[in-house]
Amino acid sequence: MKKQLFALLFALVPFTAMAAPLPEQPFSMTPDINDQASLQRGMQLYVNYCMSCHALEHQRFSRAATDLGMPQDLVEENLIFSSDLAFNDQMHIAMQPGDSENWFGVAPPDLTLFNRVKGPDYIYSYLLGFYRDPDQLLGVNNIVLEAPAMPNVLEPLQGVQEMVCAETDRPIEGAELDPLTGKYQSCEVLQITRPGAMEPDEFEEAVYDLTNFLVYVGEPSRLHAQTLGPKVLIFLFIFGVLAYLLKREYWRDIH
Amino acid sequence: MADNGVNKGRRRLLLGATTVVGAVGAVGVAVPFVASWQPSARARAAGAPVQADISKLEPGQRITVEWRGRPVWIVKRTQDMIERTENFDPARLVDPDSTAPQQPPYVTGPLRSIRPDISVLIGICTHLGCSPLFRPEPDDVDMAAWPGGYFCPCHGSYFDLSGRVFRNVPAPSNLEVPPYRFETDDIIIVGEDEEVA
Amino acid sequence: MGNPNRVKAESGIMRWVDDRFPATQMWQDHLSKYYAPKNFNFWYFFGSLAMLLLVNQILTGVWLTMSYNPSGEGAFASVEYIMRDVEYGWLIRYMHSTGASAFFVVIYLHMFRALLYGSYKAPRELVWIFGMAIYLLLMAEAFMGYLLPWGQMSYWGAQVIISLFATIPFIGPDLAQWIRGDFLISGITLNRFFALHVVALPIVILALVVLHIIALHEVGSNNPDGIDIKEKKDESGKPLDGIPFHPYYTVKDIFGVAVFLFVFAMVIFYFPEGGGYFLERPNFEPANPMVTPDHIAPVWYFTPFYAILRAITFDIGPLQAEFLGVVFMGGAIAVLFVLPWLDRSPVRSMRYKGWMSKVALLLFAISFVILGILGAIPATPIRTAVAQLCTVLYFAFFLLMPLYTKLEKSKPVPERVTG
Repeated sequence: MKKQLFALLFALVPFTAMAAPLPEQPFSMTPDINDQASLQRGMQLYVNYCMSCHALEHQRFSRAATDLGMPQDLVEENLIFSSDLAFNDQMHIAMQPGDSENWFGVAPPDLTLFNRVKGPDYIYSYLLGFYRDPDQLLGVNNIVLEAPAMPNVLEPLQGVQEMVCAETDRPIEGAELDPLTGKYQSCEVLQITRPGAMEPDEFEEAVYDLTNFLVYVGEPSRLHAQTLGPKVLIFLFIFGVLAYLLKREYWRDIH
Repeated sequence: MADNGVNKGRRRLLLGATTVVGAVGAVGVAVPFVASWQPSARARAAGAPVQADISKLEPGQRITVEWRGRPVWIVKRTQDMIERTENFDPARLVDPDSTAPQQPPYVTGPLRSIRPDISVLIGICTHLGCSPLFRPEPDDVDMAAWPGGYFCPCHGSYFDLSGRVFRNVPAPSNLEVPPYRFETDDIIIVGEDEEVA
Repeated sequence: MGNPNRVKAESGIMRWVDDRFPATQMWQDHLSKYYAPKNFNFWYFFGSLAMLLLVNQILTGVWLTMSYNPSGEGAFASVEYIMRDVEYGWLIRYMHSTGASAFFVVIYLHMFRALLYGSYKAPRELVWIFGMAIYLLLMAEAFMGYLLPWGQMSYWGAQVIISLFATIPFIGPDLAQWIRGDFLISGITLNRFFALHVVALPIVILALVVLHIIALHEVGSNNPDGIDIKEKKDESGKPLDGIPFHPYYTVKDIFGVAVFLFVFAMVIFYFPEGGGYFLERPNFEPANPMVTPDHIAPVWYFTPFYAILRAITFDIGPLQAEFLGVVFMGGAIAVLFVLPWLDRSPVRSMRYKGWMSKVALLLFAISFVILGILGAIPATPIRTAVAQLCTVLYFAFFLLMPLYTKLEKSKPVPERVTG
């Protein structure tokens, strides 16, 4: 019977284990949707820096308030700027898609499900990966998206980032490791050439929070699944043990 | 498959235990299916409390706001209206003291309101759901000592200005009073209970 | 009225029912006196699990229909509405989407069992054919269901599959347009797929499941030894190697269900995307007829056939490669239907067949899995060559079966079941 149990598990598990990998990104982060403080800071950043263009069509303020542990009046005072939006509304934007297409060439996409399409590493790398490039229409380029149609809205926080020739600790594709210094020499190193309102560490943390918030927004039900899952699995385990004992009891008859 | 050596007690115990746990599981599976019939977040957003500004409401006038898809009447009663309602013969009413649960507990007395001058009612007849007409003055209705109130054109039910139903009309109970509270003197929130002090 | 020899309860409420409906008779025929071989092994769990999943799909499907909006404008948003605004909507939706994949896992294992122990051979040809019809309709059901979320993969997956019909000579383009009901896949297509997915196909599938089981219970279950247990009976006429399905296999299947549900719940609660195979990433973007995703792959359970389709890259005479691909893909499924008449072996179970059958089944299983992997990833010249080889092996398994099952020397079959 043990063999059968194992075989059944073995037959069903490969489909979950053989994950279709997302393309590797220059920077990576591990989201933590249970970190309410991080999610709250992320939401604050989102409504201040992103929401003038990017809606979250499926995310209600009220749901975020419940899930992120924020009281209604606090959300209404600090996170809802438009008088057209109420606490129970979804995070719509006022900008019309036609207008934005004229201004940017493309309509800024809704970001509710962006994480589920691209994954957290992409968002994290994209937000960290803007650098000045005079050849581009908007004066910036990005390490994960060539010729972005979006300006680096976080530049006041990050400062001016440029791609320079320098030494770095981080492995860079095509660059060789200097065995003496243990560093890489490359002309594709991102460097802050003029500081912004935040220190680089501080800024990375802010981008982490913002990415984390978008991970939460992609699937708010994950929080519910996390609390319900263990209960269901423990229950099924108990049921399975009882069912096994019952089966064994009846099968004593069979010789 | 000989029957000898069967431990009947153990078998019965295991069968019972598995059945009970299985039944608990079946109930557990039913929970999401039953719960999904509750009003969704969208329905709750649409049914959220509404604000009504009564600063421009003149005595004797009525405004209507929509709450959960139903008309809610807000009437500013004149002193005369208040007196007519308070002094009306209770024998002609089905439930003059509002004993039936047609109003929140903080709404009491013949005026059925938080403030005597402001009446808040759901404008749906308790008979078959028509919306009654506003007949505030004594000569609006051809009836002896009409105190002012509402007349339902569908089947001829009468209510006084507090929404109390008359005897011998089809409507069985008083008009419903929604939960409401005064945010300020001029702002009413319909759909939210008065905070318990 | 009815059969006078019908078994009836002695008295009480069951007697009242039995006088009007053959309840006791049916209970005995299909459960308490349905004698199943006592040597069922691990492979025999999947029939009851398929039934469980059918119930799961119908129940969750009905509930999803309550909140889903089958229109080009509203479909995508209504799925997110279910995922966020409806209480427990996310759970019901994940039960349905994971259930679809689990259904195919279970069905493929169930079918492999039949290949392994010769469960398709006489007298079980109709059991097999009903089963194959269920499998075929299940694929149609899954394909149409996949359009409903109206994401990018829904849209472009359907686009690719419907375009297959357009390759049929002469009538193709008109046929594809007729299926779409529009010049491109649109809300009109979505509406008809919705109707078929939630009403028409489930009714037919349910009916076929009933036929599948009636046919099975008429001839009796096969077993890992592939021998007929009805040939050896005791004095009272019960097969010596048979045991009543109830309670022995009901309690065993309940245990199988518990183990299955544990794995199923783990996926639902922790990996509902199934690593991007159960719910594909591009499907979280709304359908956009102007932009094709970088890489279109069907859901995993279609990929073996998709790989066969793509493996045909050459014309034969006047027939275009595209059309031939469709023919081979259709043939890959059609050939399964005639399997009972391809196997000429005197024995059923792989345990007693010769080495050629064993090698053939092994190669077939390996090529099917490789095709499944190749169908999920972009094609390259080398991969296409591998897919072509696997396609040849796939068809060789069936088309050479009359030869190798006749040529090989099978082992003697025991009198009674073993193990």
